[in-house]
Amino acid sequence: MPSDQERILARAAREILPGQIINLGIGLPQRLFHYMPEDQQVLVHSENGILGCQPLPDDATPDYEMIDSGGAYIGASPGASVFDSALSFAMIRRSRVDVTFMGAFEVDQQGNLANWKIPGKFSPGIGGAMELAQKVDKLVVLCSHNDKRGNPKILQQCRLPLTAPNCVSLIITEKAAMEVTDQGLKVIDIAEGLAVDELRAATEADLMIDESQVGRF
Amino acid sequence: MTSLNKKHTSIEEAIARIPDGASIMVGGFGSPGTPFALLDELLAQGQKGLTLIKNDANEADIGIGRLIKAGRVDRLIASHIGLNRVAIEEMNAGRLAVEMYPQGLLAEKIRCAGVGHPGFLTDIGLDTEIASHRREIELDGRTCAIEPAIHADFALVHADVADTYGNLTYRGTAINFNPLMAMAADTVIAQAFRLDAPGSLKPEYIHTPSAFVNHVVQVDPATSEQGIREHAV
Repeated sequence: MPSDQERILARAAREILPGQIINLGIGLPQRLFHYMPEDQQVLVHSENGILGCQPLPDDATPDYEMIDSGGAYIGASPGASVFDSALSFAMIRRSRVDVTFMGAFEVDQQGNLANWKIPGKFSPGIGGAMELAQKVDKLVVLCSHNDKRGNPKILQQCRLPLTAPNCVSLIITEKAAMEVTDQGLKVIDIAEGLAVDELRAATEADLMIDESQVGRF
Repeated sequence: MTSLNKKHTSIEEAIARIPDGASIMVGGFGSPGTPFALLDELLAQGQKGLTLIKNDANEADIGIGRLIKAGRVDRLIASHIGLNRVAIEEMNAGRLAVEMYPQGLLAEKIRCAGVGHPGFLTDIGLDTEIASHRREIELDGRTCAIEPAIHADFALVHADVADTYGNLTYRGTAINFNPLMAMAADTVIAQAFRLDAPGSLKPEYIHTPSAFVNHVVQVDPATSEQGIREHAV
């Protein structure tokens, strides 16, 4: 049995196509590094200023001047380039990044995303998330289906301050993969062994589920 | 303007130009590109009441974290300070005024000052909480927010190799905010691991032309934080 996070990451890796430029948010999304097939020629963009970063082998000596946006020491993949942070965000605002993967505190059925601030509790600053969320064509949210207390994170309407409105394309949790459509959230895949009723019970958002079409992951 | 052959100076002399109350841009995204030696000299000299502009607040015990901890910083303009618990405590206690911008907007506000524009127009952040702080205008039927440039009295930048005229090159992801800040302040002080004679660097590989740089200091990576740190961020 894969862990919840392994299930999310393995499903998320299926969203990456050969030749794409992708950005991996801090935390869980950055672990996608280890789920990508090596021969796909995918370039990983990191907003501090590199296109083409790759993980260092565990025994490698780090180069102190090479990190990704999460602060991990990285290497440069073949064909990589480095640049200043203004240029890095030009790449983002001009939609040259194909897919971005991000975590979420809350996400809703309109595709609104909240992942940067909990008023009164957590406000370290938004970093690069707002521009990535607003400008990258495909935003895939990777998060647990419920918070630590079991409350739903997939909502009818976000309550926390938004990172960006109507920006999410796909939500992948350990329970389901859900596409944001004009009509609402459409369930594409449900985790192996999970009943549709159980999925609905764990979710606040309205879910469109066609059981004859739904896949398992 | 500092004459060309007087740009190479000692670290003490360079930092002594900074008065109390100065606004200072500091290069770096986390550790890479942070001018640790210049910051430690600033800490040693004791200037206070500073406004710092940096992507982040480093960590509590290195870089600008040390200045914040020592109570030298009144105001910080940044994008994300989550890795410095002291900075967050000081902000929450009201002892440190913090102004935050999305990272790309912060970079562009600095870039704007560096290229001599008063500001720029953007659609980033419309319909979010940050929109309430900004003026909006209509341009070609689209709503745009006005983002003023950010300028500073000083910039402290970290280069890999410099020449004594003040041409700079950066390495790896230590580039980040450095070339932007090296254009956006009245007085630019650069530290470099290697200092070469003019003509040693290939003209087409220079990132920051000497025209923007006032003072160059050579630092030894083995004796500065750059060479001994164990943390990436």
